[in-house]
Order: sequence, then structure tokens, then C-alpha cells
Amino acid sequence: MRLRETSEEQRFRADLRRWLDATLPTLPEPPRDRDDWPARRAHDTGWQRRLFDAGYAGIAWPREYGGRGATPTEELIFLEETERAGAPYVGCCFVSTLHAGPTIAAEGTPEQRATYLPGILRGDDVWCQGFSEPGAGSDLASLRTRAVRDGDHYVVSGQKVWTSNAQVADYCELLVRTDPDAPKHRGITWIVMPMDSAGIEVRPMKALTGVGEFSEMFLDEVRIPVGNVVGAENDGWRVAMVTFGFERGTAFVSELLGSMRLLSDLVEIAKKTPAGAGRRSTAWDDAGTRRELATIGAELDAQWALTKRNVSRAQRHGTVGVGGSIFKLAYHDTRERMGEVALRVLGRARLALDDPAGVSARHLDHVEERLYVLSLAIAAGTEQIQRNIVGERLLGLPKER
Amino acid sequence: MDFEPTDDQLALQAQLRRFLDDRVTPEARRAIADLPGAVDRDLWHDLGGMGVFALTLPKSRGGVGLGFADATLLFEELGRAAVPGPLIGTFLAAGLGGNIGADISGRAATGDAVVGLVPARPVFVDHVAALDALLVVADEGVTLTGRPAGSRRVDRPLDPLTPVDVVEALPAGHAVGGPDDAARLRTVGGLLAAALQVGLADAAVTLATDYAKDRTQFGRAIGSFQAIKHLLADAQVGLEVARAAVQAAGVEIDEAAEDTGGDEGEAAGGTDDGGAPAAGDGDDLAGDDAAGHRACRAVDAARIVASRAADRATRACIQVHGGMGFTWALDAHLFLKRALVLDVGVGSPDESLEALAAAL
Repeated sequence: MRLRETSEEQRFRADLRRWLDATLPTLPEPPRDRDDWPARRAHDTGWQRRLFDAGYAGIAWPREYGGRGATPTEELIFLEETERAGAPYVGCCFVSTLHAGPTIAAEGTPEQRATYLPGILRGDDVWCQGFSEPGAGSDLASLRTRAVRDGDHYVVSGQKVWTSNAQVADYCELLVRTDPDAPKHRGITWIVMPMDSAGIEVRPMKALTGVGEFSEMFLDEVRIPVGNVVGAENDGWRVAMVTFGFERGTAFVSELLGSMRLLSDLVEIAKKTPAGAGRRSTAWDDAGTRRELATIGAELDAQWALTKRNVSRAQRHGTVGVGGSIFKLAYHDTRERMGEVALRVLGRARLALDDPAGVSARHLDHVEERLYVLSLAIAAGTEQIQRNIVGERLLGLPKER
Repeated sequence: MDFEPTDDQLALQAQLRRFLDDRVTPEARRAIADLPGAVDRDLWHDLGGMGVFALTLPKSRGGVGLGFADATLLFEELGRAAVPGPLIGTFLAAGLGGNIGADISGRAATGDAVVGLVPARPVFVDHVAALDALLVVADEGVTLTGRPAGSRRVDRPLDPLTPVDVVEALPAGHAVGGPDDAARLRTVGGLLAAALQVGLADAAVTLATDYAKDRTQFGRAIGSFQAIKHLLADAQVGLEVARAAVQAAGVEIDEAAEDTGGDEGEAAGGTDDGGAPAAGDGDDLAGDDAAGHRACRAVDAARIVASRAADRATRACIQVHGGMGFTWALDAHLFLKRALVLDVGVGSPDESLEALAAAL
């Protein structure tokens, strides 16, 4: 067991740090208005282009498909250094670089790889994901968006939901039902839908935070060429599952390091916030609050150790197994309690999500984050589904049915 | 970076596991309660023979020459088997350098001495009837003393496998270390307590999971109910996070020792001049170097999460067993009680919380 980095890993980190130091000051400011999707797209794809030019695009992708072929540990270092340096997040390029791209690299034809991968790596194209439906959430395989063959096209009708970036995407990785008579997992096809096709209507939805983070997407007889199918017709469930095999334990690295920074900030606030009206002691002087913050600090440290365990496992065995589910459950639990303490420390400063007078600017992030963390228990597999995964796949407990 | 146990480490762990599976069966464990001080001296000697107590001592001092990461793996196994006895005290005593207490230290290393561990001015001392010596860790230093005389045995100790005596006063002992040594013993002792708790948590989850697969109610295995499955999944999550934290802390201690130039623990193993003998070995945790601070913080974090993981898992184990979980007959209560005992050795999760808060 070693936590120390090899000399190659140290060199990778030093080179990256040098590049970040030189590059980040030249980047434009992120857009202020988080509902301004064209500006968000421009910012995120601009960063992706910088990564591409420097050889950091597709960091975990195999070299033969234009990626860097970095080891899981190098990917961990990349995420750690970019987060600590305050570099932009992957943002709009999330689905393309971490989901659709690797899937096409693994399952696509040579023509499909040549068509889609360069645009993803260069940040020219933005992708969205059309998987979930109003009637197909945790039970994703029950999806009903129909694709009917008509010559060399499919005609697709149905409704998708939680589609992030849909209003600025060029392509959608879409799951459709091509065989309504087959068992539910066997009649699904994975297909690339160009977002400029006729018959697509995108309706942004306002998230609980008040920001338009995702959309509903209505498909009305959208014609998609048969050649856009990745993998075989009716083999889309397997193709979609392939993507999960790419998880190398790094999915939450930026999140986790961001949380550590957020905790430090919260501690600073607690040290300056009076414990109550007219009191001279601060929130930090309260042993309950202080120890709760320390518990959260210990848990984040422990989850960082678990991340290194998962990454090392991926490096040795190619996959993290249920390590990702373990991490997600632990992390969300900690973040929920961190949100509770944050609001307790903030007191009435919790009442505002923006600050026209500039009196409590640093408090705002904590209110926003307290709302945001609610999504951690829902997105990418609800907490209940994750517990089933841990209980059934790791502990070997019987399925409910 | 390669934060997975090596094949050698897994083999070492598996060897001890097989030995304990065979030797410390649930029946044998309960029988140990009837021995003086609840220590099986043959078992103790065998553990010494396997290098459990001298694991991190350099080979030049008759040790195994391994690190604290390895120690976390072995102490997890000792926890899983809920081995009765002052394991941490004996391990720490084996690491004492210097002439004072050399005899006890040498016999602790081979498992031929049983050494307890208490904070300053203890009222309750565990395993008294079995003790050959007692390490007292106070802020100002470490003292080695003999078995307390004239103590009164508690009839109903919290953990039936951790007998406790009420002690009026300890015999005068010999100083075997200063404040830095005390801090080091606290850190290493805290790490080993956390490793034992990880093992207890694992034992509890395993016992409960096996039962949940077997026990039928409403016509099916209760483990198929999400109410049960999720309880055990949460316990498993806490356990896995704690295990990673504990092993990471062990690695941090080893790597901090490498940074200070320790080679196989030779450098920090203790001075041989007899004047200011160092306790502990193979590390320089009290140093002001960044790696040392990182290691101390890692141990505090490990202690905090392992304590919570053990609490959660052992309580889940009792709950899953229903009414039987609340009986003396089942082993579930032994795991819970041992985990509670381990929270109050030298140092505690609460002390670690304050230390970690100061570092935030």
C-alpha cells in the first residue's frame, strides 16, 4: 500500500501545474448569469479547446482514439490539480467527454469514431443525454420512446426528461425502444440524434435551486438515420451499461475537493459569527457545532482515502466494482449534514441566495450548496438504488422479488 | 500511488485470519472470560510468535520490520475475532526502547508478557489479573508500572470479555518516555483501536448479513426486504470508508517515517543510552514536519470514522437479529460492547474531534 506518487506521477503533476499557472490567468471570466446557456457553452467549450491544445483532452480515453491514455492515478491528479487551481469544471462537455465519447470509442464503428470523437475532444460539439423519461426513472429499462424503422431511417416519438444542456447541444445520446414486444432490457437501441433534426422541442425546467439546470425534451416523429445506431439494434441496454464500466473512481474528485474548501470557508465563517444576539462567543465556540464540523472534516478526509482506494483498484483491476456506490452514499450523507450545520451557522443569512447590498457575499454559496446537495441523493442512481446495489452485489442479499 | 494491499500484505492478513478462525471460535472466546484477567496466555504467546506485537520493530531488535499499514491489517483481524486482552498495550510495550523496562518490552514482543494501557490516574483498569505490567500515558510522559495491588474487581463489566477493576492507586513506576513519546503512543494506540473497530464492524455486518439471508419471515428471507438491506448497506458503507481511512493513516505514518530518514524503523526506534528512552518506534509523529502532521490528522480522522462505523454496524447487527439480538446468547452484544470499550483507551474519538477541529 503506497500513497506516495511515483516519479512519473510527480512529473505529470508538476507539468500540469506549470501549464495551469500559465493558462488560467488568460481564461475569460465565467458567465455571471447561469441561465445564459450560450455563454455557458462558449465558456466550457473554450476550456475544452485549451485542454485539447495542451494534450489533456480525453485524459482517460485510449490514445488510439485521440485521448491521453492517462492512468487512473494520473486522472486523479489531473482532477485534483485543476480543482485546486480553480480551473473551470467540465460543465457542458460532461456528457460528451465522460459518457458519449467513451461509449462511441468502445462500441462505435470506425466511421462513427471518426465522425464524432474529434469534435468532442476539441470542444467543437456539445452532447446531451436522452435516457430518463417521465415514466422511466430508477426503472430506466421501462423507457417507452418509440423508434419505428422507415427505410434507412428511424422515426422517433416520445418524451425525455432531466436532459442537461439540451438547449445548446449538437447531439443527443438517445435510448429508444425498437422492439416493444421483447423483454424490456432487450428491445432498446442506443442511437445518436443530431439536435438540429426536425421535430425536437426542448423546454427548460427550473430546478429547485431556481436555475434552469435541465430540460424536458419532446420528440415528434424525428427522423434519425439507421447508421447512427451505436452497437446493434436492440442491444442498446448493454451499450448503455458499458459506459458505467468506464468509471475509475474519479467521478466525484472535483466535488469532494470542492467540499473540503467549502468546509474551510464554513469554519472561517463560524469563527466570526456570534453564537447569538449580543453574545461575545462565536458559533465555533459551541462544542456541538465545532465537533460536528470536525466530524464532517474527518469524513471528507476518509472519503478522500476511499477515493484513492477506488482509483488504485481501477488501476489494478480495470474497474472499481461497487466502490462508486459506496462513495456516493457516504459522500451524500456527509454533505447533507454539512448543509444542516451551514444553515445553523448562517442564521438569518440563510434567507438570501443573492446579495444586492454586498453584505454577506460569502454566505451565499453555502445556502446554494445546501439546496444543491439534495440532488446528490437522486441524480445518477438514487440513494435507494445505490443501497440495493451495495446490499445485493456486495453483501449478496437476495433481490426483493 | 498504489493504495491496495500488496499480495504479501494480503497473505500476512490471511494467515492471521486462518489462525484466529481456528483458535478463537465463538465458544473459545467465551471460555477466555473465565481465565484470570480474561487473557489466554497460550494464545498471547502464539500471537507473539506470529509477530503481532513486534510487527513494526526493526529486525535488528528482533522485530518483523514491517510498517503501521501492515499493523492495521493485523489489528483488523484481531478485531474481527474480538480477541480478548490488552492488545494495544502489549504492542506499544514491545516498542519501548531503552534499558528501563527492557525485560518487559522484550517479553511483550514475544507475547510472553501481558501489558495494559491506561491514561493518567485511571479509576478503572482493565484485565488487571492478567497484567505483568501497565503503561500509563499522561500528557507529561509515559510511565511503566506493575500490576496494581489491592484493587477490587467489578462484578458486571460493560464487556464480559474486558474485566475491570477499581484501582485506588497505581504502584510507583519508572518513566519510560516524555511528552513526545506520550503523544506518539496516543497516536499509534488510536490507530490500532480504530483498526480493531473496523474488524468488529466487519464481524457484525457479516454476522447480520448471514442471518438476513437465512432468516425467513412473511415467507421470504428478511434480507430481501429493503428495510433490512438498506440498514446493512449503510453499515457496510461506514465500514468501507473507515477501513480506507485507517489503512491510509497507517500508510501516512510509514511514509512520514521514511521522510525523516528512518530505515526499517531503525532511526526512531529509541535511544539506547538509557537516559531518555523513546517509546514507540519507526516514526517521528511529534515532529513538526508536514508529513508528521498529515499522519496525525489521518489518525484522528480514522479514529472518528472508525468509532462511528463500529457503532453503526454493531447496532445494526443487533437490530437485524430482532429479539435474539438483545440476548446474552448471541455474539452481537460482544461486538457492540468491545467497540464501546475501544473508544476509551488512551485518547478518544472526542479528543480526536477537538484535535481535528483545531487543524481545520
